[in-house]
Amino acid sequence: MAYRSTIRNRVYRFDDLKTLLARATPLRSGDQLAGVAAQTAEERVAAQLALADLPLATFLNEAVVPYETDEITRLILDTHDAAAFAPISHLTVGDFRNYLLSDEVDAQTLTALQPGLTPEMVAAVSKLMRNQDLITVSARCEVITRFRNTIGLKGRFSTRLQPNHPTDDFRGVAASIIDGLFYGSGDAVIGINPATDHVRTVIRLVEMMDQIRQRFDIPTQTCVLSHITTTLQAIELGAPVDLTFQSIGGTEAVNTSFGVNMALLREGFEATRALKRGTVGQNVMYFETGQGSALSANAHHGVDQQTCEVRAYAVARLFEPLLVNTVVGFIGPEYLYNGKQIIRAGLEDHCCGKLLGLPMGVDICYTNHAEADQDDMDTLLTLLGTAGVNFIMGIPGADDVMLHYQSTSFHDALYLRDLCRLRPAPEFEAWLLRMELMGADGKLLPVKNTHRLLQAAGL
Amino acid sequence: MNQLPDQPDPWAFLQNHTSARIARGRTGHSLPTRALLDFQLDHARARDAVYSELEQDELRNQLAVFHQPVLLLHSRATDRQQYLQRPDLGRKLDEKSQTNLTGFEDLSGFAPFDLCIVIADGLSATAINRHAPTVVARLTEEVLKLGWTLAPLCLVEQGRVAIGDEIAHALKAETVVVLIGERPGLTSPDSMGAYLTFQPQPGLTDESRNCLSNIRPEGLPYEAAVQKLLYLLTEMKNRRLSGVQLKDEFDDNLLAN
Repeated sequence: MAYRSTIRNRVYRFDDLKTLLARATPLRSGDQLAGVAAQTAEERVAAQLALADLPLATFLNEAVVPYETDEITRLILDTHDAAAFAPISHLTVGDFRNYLLSDEVDAQTLTALQPGLTPEMVAAVSKLMRNQDLITVSARCEVITRFRNTIGLKGRFSTRLQPNHPTDDFRGVAASIIDGLFYGSGDAVIGINPATDHVRTVIRLVEMMDQIRQRFDIPTQTCVLSHITTTLQAIELGAPVDLTFQSIGGTEAVNTSFGVNMALLREGFEATRALKRGTVGQNVMYFETGQGSALSANAHHGVDQQTCEVRAYAVARLFEPLLVNTVVGFIGPEYLYNGKQIIRAGLEDHCCGKLLGLPMGVDICYTNHAEADQDDMDTLLTLLGTAGVNFIMGIPGADDVMLHYQSTSFHDALYLRDLCRLRPAPEFEAWLLRMELMGADGKLLPVKNTHRLLQAAGL
Repeated sequence: MNQLPDQPDPWAFLQNHTSARIARGRTGHSLPTRALLDFQLDHARARDAVYSELEQDELRNQLAVFHQPVLLLHSRATDRQQYLQRPDLGRKLDEKSQTNLTGFEDLSGFAPFDLCIVIADGLSATAINRHAPTVVARLTEEVLKLGWTLAPLCLVEQGRVAIGDEIAHALKAETVVVLIGERPGLTSPDSMGAYLTFQPQPGLTDESRNCLSNIRPEGLPYEAAVQKLLYLLTEMKNRRLSGVQLKDEFDDNLLAN
């Protein structure tokens, strides 16, 4: 079905729903590369006007990726909860924005709404929002998850300690872990991107991190971010796997390019849950996403990159993850060109994920060929702090020496905690106090040469 | 007033185990001035590398030693801004360059060639300006000893890896080596990559190519890179293939040795 909008005497026509969504998307290089972006600024607003008048129910009748050939479309439509949708079923996309920003909406109403929302509805409304709208709506959501600690409580904010090393050298990894712990990082997870995906390496890294965690009785979880098939092998071989990681995308074809499908994700989910390693909860999955992955795999079906991204969240929410992380600026300037585009995308992903009930974190990051720098990361970090982000990355000096990109540092997380009065996950906070790493005022304590954490350096 | 805390953390000795920026100290919750500026300097060098340009005259002079003709070519990406946003344009020659190539083909009479060397700025012309002359000179010397014929040397502005396929195909070369500036890392603004393809033609993808990465004195040194390139090129010509299949056997050989 075609959609239209008239501005003065000019009629803008949009051939179908995915075209309307793409033209209505705030400017970004990836949609231009795909040839789906609006040609002019006026066309973009014309599309937004048409989108604002579109009934939300349209998204239940017109798929952007064909139902017959895409298991994610089938998942979205087959699991839609009509009862949860009922309170907003009469609204247009424009009405929906007004509703989300109105005084009658709070965390409870948003949580009740989640099963009635499809990714396309959420993507659509976000395209009509300014950055402050995205922040307002995100800040109203509360998504709490648990494994060995409690992540996502209001007034709290967590970090993934990311101790990557170019050759997976144990002492090198341990050095970064200790550095991070001294800086109060690691309550979301201590998670390594391995340099190689060999199962033996993965098992040794899992065991090493589990030893550190047990030795110092740290109330957190560890993860090696290997492919899900490798993690499944590690589980079979008896490795102490807390969380299973996987990168996912928003179409069946992009997931095929990642070597996964819904059945494999379910297998990983069930195998990890069966280990029963969580102490305060059993959220066992860690997913990563990022705008542009579908286009990069030539698997986007003409759908804009932000809508593809939100469709990935439908996959994630099926498995009740502990953590979902959008790696927003990693993919490069052909998808998100500059700081402005990266900042907008980070706020969109966080808001859309939260609306769909996901424990969203953001890898606030960029590569050296993007038109961005650490100042842009400070801006996005500060905005996400006000938006109530569940977690960010903690990397020594913000410089990942294995993946070669820049993210946020341990210092950056301390800045946000101090500025926004945010505390770590409660169990981890108690540990930091017990270990005399942090004082009751939330500030770090000076470290003595004899601190027992330094013993871990001998591992 | 106490001494300003521009001093390392007590666990600074752990720095021996990793190049990660650990134990940088703190002032309040912030990075001390020196550590901040160290980072800014590294990022500045990486940014400058992305916007660096091929030193064409200098490169031509240095590459003239073997009396090979040098062609100056340009991709369809008109400037760096477009290059960064439209990788598809960086993979294709502009019209003028296509004409230049066709013109050369008509005059040469030596085709088909055994090897075509393409030098492209990629994401760091700095890498090419620093490392390409030595590597090209040594590689040329070695392949001429083997009696191979060489297509004209091609210097490409705003080029991506796949542009080598179009060039080598037009010049009728059996193999192509594309030397290209890699995406600058925070501490490696001048890494050069080498991509090799057997029977190059437009439309090939990464699985048809073999790759050497991080060619620079602090990474894969020049002579080691040249020897690896020679090995791969010889294997390609003998086995009449390149890419994933060749890689597997190359890795097996390395392991066996």
